[in-house]
Parts: sequence; C-alpha cells; structure tokens
Amino acid sequence: MATDFAFPDSAAKAAGAEQEFAPEKMSLSMGPSHPSTHGVLRLQMELDGEVLTKCDPVVGYLHRGDEKIAENMTYNQFVPYTDRLDYLAPLANNMAYAIAVERLAKLDVPARCQAIRVLTAEMARVSAHLMGLGAFGLDVGAWSVLVHSLNQREHLYKLFEELTGARFTTSYTRIGGVSRDIPDGWLGRVIAFCDQFEPALEETLSLLTRNKIFQDRTVGVGIITQADAVAYGLTGPNLRGSGVSLDLRKDKPYSGYEQYEFDVPVGSKGDCYDRYLCRGEEMRQSVRIIRQVVAKFPGGDWYAKDARKIFAPPKDKILTSMEELIQNFMIVTEGPQIPAGEVYFEAENPKGALGFYIVSKGGGVPWRMKIRSPSFCNLSILPKICVGTMMSDVVTLLGSLDFVMGECDR
Amino acid sequence: MSASVDAITSLKGKFPSVTDRLSSDCPAVNVPTGELIAVLQALRDEQAFDLLSDVTAIDWAEGASPRFTAVYHLYSTTSHAAIRVATPCTGDDAAPTVPSVVPLWPGANWHEREAYDMFGIKFEGHPDLRRILMWDGYPYHPLRKEFPLAGIETALPDIEVAEETKAKVIAAPMMGGPFVASAGEMNLTEAEPRAKDESWSERSAKPGA
Repeated sequence: MATDFAFPDSAAKAAGAEQEFAPEKMSLSMGPSHPSTHGVLRLQMELDGEVLTKCDPVVGYLHRGDEKIAENMTYNQFVPYTDRLDYLAPLANNMAYAIAVERLAKLDVPARCQAIRVLTAEMARVSAHLMGLGAFGLDVGAWSVLVHSLNQREHLYKLFEELTGARFTTSYTRIGGVSRDIPDGWLGRVIAFCDQFEPALEETLSLLTRNKIFQDRTVGVGIITQADAVAYGLTGPNLRGSGVSLDLRKDKPYSGYEQYEFDVPVGSKGDCYDRYLCRGEEMRQSVRIIRQVVAKFPGGDWYAKDARKIFAPPKDKILTSMEELIQNFMIVTEGPQIPAGEVYFEAENPKGALGFYIVSKGGGVPWRMKIRSPSFCNLSILPKICVGTMMSDVVTLLGSLDFVMGECDR
Repeated sequence: MSASVDAITSLKGKFPSVTDRLSSDCPAVNVPTGELIAVLQALRDEQAFDLLSDVTAIDWAEGASPRFTAVYHLYSTTSHAAIRVATPCTGDDAAPTVPSVVPLWPGANWHEREAYDMFGIKFEGHPDLRRILMWDGYPYHPLRKEFPLAGIETALPDIEVAEETKAKVIAAPMMGGPFVASAGEMNLTEAEPRAKDESWSERSAKPGA
C-alpha cells in the first residue's frame, strides 16, 4: 500500500511551531469584586503564562469625596467620616484627626484624655491586625486563623460598644477631648481581655509561624527592598517589614506615647513572611502598651475644659445655664473656632502613617483637608513588585500588604 | 525639630529665593516653581529627607493669584525631622503646571495623579498622568472650589451601558440643601450651615435635572 504522506521539512516545521507557540501575553482583570482583593480593588494584569509582566492597579471604586465633604462642614461634623477611612480601626482614625485639629488650634488635652486615646488606639490596632491576619491566612488557605481572630475581635468589639455605643463606626473623639468618659469597671474588663488574649494570640500565631505550607507560600515571596520601601513612601508594618525602623509612636511621640515602653519589630528580608511577623509582634506590643496605660491611668478631666470655643459643655449645664446654652449653640452652628494656619499631622495607624493636612482660614470650617492614607501609598508599589511574580503569589502579596480600600479611595 | 531648622538655614544659603512659610507645626518653605526640583533634590540628597510622605495641592478659589499651590511633605527616616515645601503653580486656571517629582521619588506617581484628577494640575514630566480616583473621561476636577458639593450630572463611564439604560450619574439628592458651612471669620448668619443656593431647594429643580 502506497502512502502519500510526506514528511515536512524540519526547519519549516520548527518555524511553524514557533509561530504557533509564540509567547502571547494574556491580559487578566482581577476585581473589583474578587475575594482576594480585600475590597473593591481591580488589578489589570498582563500574564506570560503564570508570570506577571505588568500590573496596573485600578483604584477609586470607593471614592466618596471625603476631602470635598470636609471643606463643607464644621470640624466636629467630620469626625464620623474619619470612621469610614480605615473602617477596621475607626478609633485610631478618630484620634489622628482630633490631634491634627488640636495641633492647629494649639490646644492641649488633659492626661486622662490622652491615655483614653492611646488605650483605644492600641485596642483598635489589635483588632485591625487580627482582621488583617485572618484575611491573610484565608488568602493562603488557612481557614482556622480567621475564625480564631474573628472570635478575639468580637471581644474587643464588645468593649468598644460599651465605651462608645457602637461596635464598628465609633466616632469617639471630639476636638479637645472624647465624647464620654470610660464606664465603671471598664478598665478591669480590658485587662481581663488582655489576660485571655495573650495565650489565644500565641495559639493563633502558632497556626502560621512554623507552618510549612504557610512558609512555602510567604518566605521569599514579594520582597520589597529597603530602598524601594522608602522611595515609594511605604509606612507602617510594610515599611518595618523591609527593615526600616520607623514608628511614629517612638520617633515623633504624640498623645503621651513617650511614657510607655514598647519595642518596634523590624523585618530583615522584606518578604510577605516578615510583614506577617511584624504584625504578630505588634499585637504583643500593643497589649504591653494597653497594660501600661491601665496601670497608670491618670485621673482628672477627660476633655479640655478651657477650650470654650471648641469643646461643647456638659449636657446638664446646657439645659440649666444660659451661658453654657449659648456656648453650645455657637459651637453647633458655627463650628469649633480654629485659628488660621496650616498643619500636617501623621499618626501611626495599624496600616501605616495616616496624615491629615489641614489648611484653615479661621472659623469653624477647614479651607482644605488632605487625607494622606497609608493604604493608598502602600498600594502604589504594586506595579513595581508584582512584575515577575507568579499569579498565585499576587494573592499572597495583597494579603501581606493589608490595605483597606475605604481608606485608599477616601 | 532642630534638624529641620538647620535644613532650612542651609537651604536658604544655597537657594536665596527660598522663603519661610507660615505654619502651625513643622518648618515650611515657599519655593519658586523653577527651583522646586533642585530644592527637593538638595533636601533628599544632602539633608536626608528621604521619605516623601505626601504630595497635594490647594485651590485658593477663582481670582486668587496664584490660584493653585502644590505642597510636598518630606520626612527623614534617619533624623525623624519633617519639612513642608510649597510652590505656586504656573500657567492659567485651565492648566496649572508644576514639574513632576516622580524622577526623585517613584512614590509621587499616584499622589500626582490624584492631584491632577482632583485639581487638573499638570505635572510636567510625569510618566503616566491620568485620572486615578475618578474614571477616565470624567469631565470635571471635583476638588476645585467652583465644583458643587452635590456633584454635576454626567454620562456614565461605560458608553454601552449608558446607551442601553439611558442612565446618568446624577447630582446628589440633597433635599433643601446642600447645607454648606463657610470657611473664614464671619458673622453667624453667614457662617451657619444652610442652603445658600435657592435653586437647589425643594421649590425648584436641581440644575440639569
């Protein structure tokens, strides 16, 4: 039987194969609604096989115009909006905003108010890191961490609710003070929380720290060099994970942080694992600070009594005394009276340095308020570090950066 | 803070056109637009202000001169000093211009895109100056003072969806509002947050509605 099959020329075959398997890049859009992007972040990626050749983050899906809104309302009215920046740590945002305006007004708050703020900010840090830890574990396939951390966060939310009246959006601080003093016995319950939290935290972290699968997914993945971290303006655990010891609570203490002893954990390699370790250690240090605050909790006023044009008088006085009634009326209608000037204040929030730049022309309304959000800066390094990583590592990377879109988009 | 003060003293020696800027906290300087890059580079390389915290802009409202000011906040990771540098934007209101600092700090990329998005400031030399928070093709710069708080009616970003649904991005439904408070020292009637623009009230329809 004769065959008419002809062997093609091998060179032509090779050329054809090359054309057929030419490295064609695939573009892939992840998000804005994707479980791994932690909110409405979209990544427009270009893939060569499994390896990223380009990554363009698309942000702004949660843009609410907070800075525009701030220009149109009084300073006190803006406090609830700060809850919705990093909505995992509203108490820390409240404090950063209040201190920024107080610096502008050259107003000092009493020691008790400072202690309350430090205490709540550290509790907010623990609760934010717990959520970040749980979500990170989830991203790399460790379900149980999320359950453990949500359980602990619930204890914190009960304490927040007792203190502020709200679990999530607390709106606790006021310019020149806080909205109410701590309830009776609350400090004891904070210590009770710390007592059961410390062993629970060790147990939770032990699920990940020496876990072979977790280490395989994170060690050496998503390395951010020290120079890159500084050049891109990273702050918080992401910067410290890369080996830069910068913690504003230590370096530019505010609200009495200089009285408390704590260590600043710093990473050595700048990979996802280092960032995880930094967050874990920060929680231990936060508990250490909480214990110190409670141990030397100062008495006295919990708001600035002399700030008559800024802080509203007590409710019972408003209802019984003419002068306080007028004072309250003026603060509500005209806003707290802040002198003209410019101020930029950064606080060490769970995600990094949250900055408020306020330009005032005097009166009760800011002329311009810029919110420098750490998540926004931390995400801006993505196009740089994603190139060359595997697609599955992008998920790890996003989890380790621990950002909040409500803060990024404002 | 003394590190920042020393920095300003030596900066003024090198750049005579640098002047002090009023500030309630950290030391601040005004820099002419033409010398901005040289000043920032000197601060970064000679004074170790290696971290660019923030880039933003201020709109001083229509008629002000200069109308827009660009503001840079620098931080030193070694001496932990902070400094604020401000420069007026050149060019007309439609296209105010400042040089881009992306060549000095790659992290300025997104900050400058945001300032362009919100104020329409052109950062000359920026590698990729497009909108970041609003969508591509959005016609306004929302943080400019003439832009109303409630927003302005515009087309949807997705043309296909817009054609099919005839839907639009509409101004915020602020019944009787917007209740706007005003900045500056003024009397009670002027400063009170109230509906100033009666064309926005319940009695008459919103502009463009």
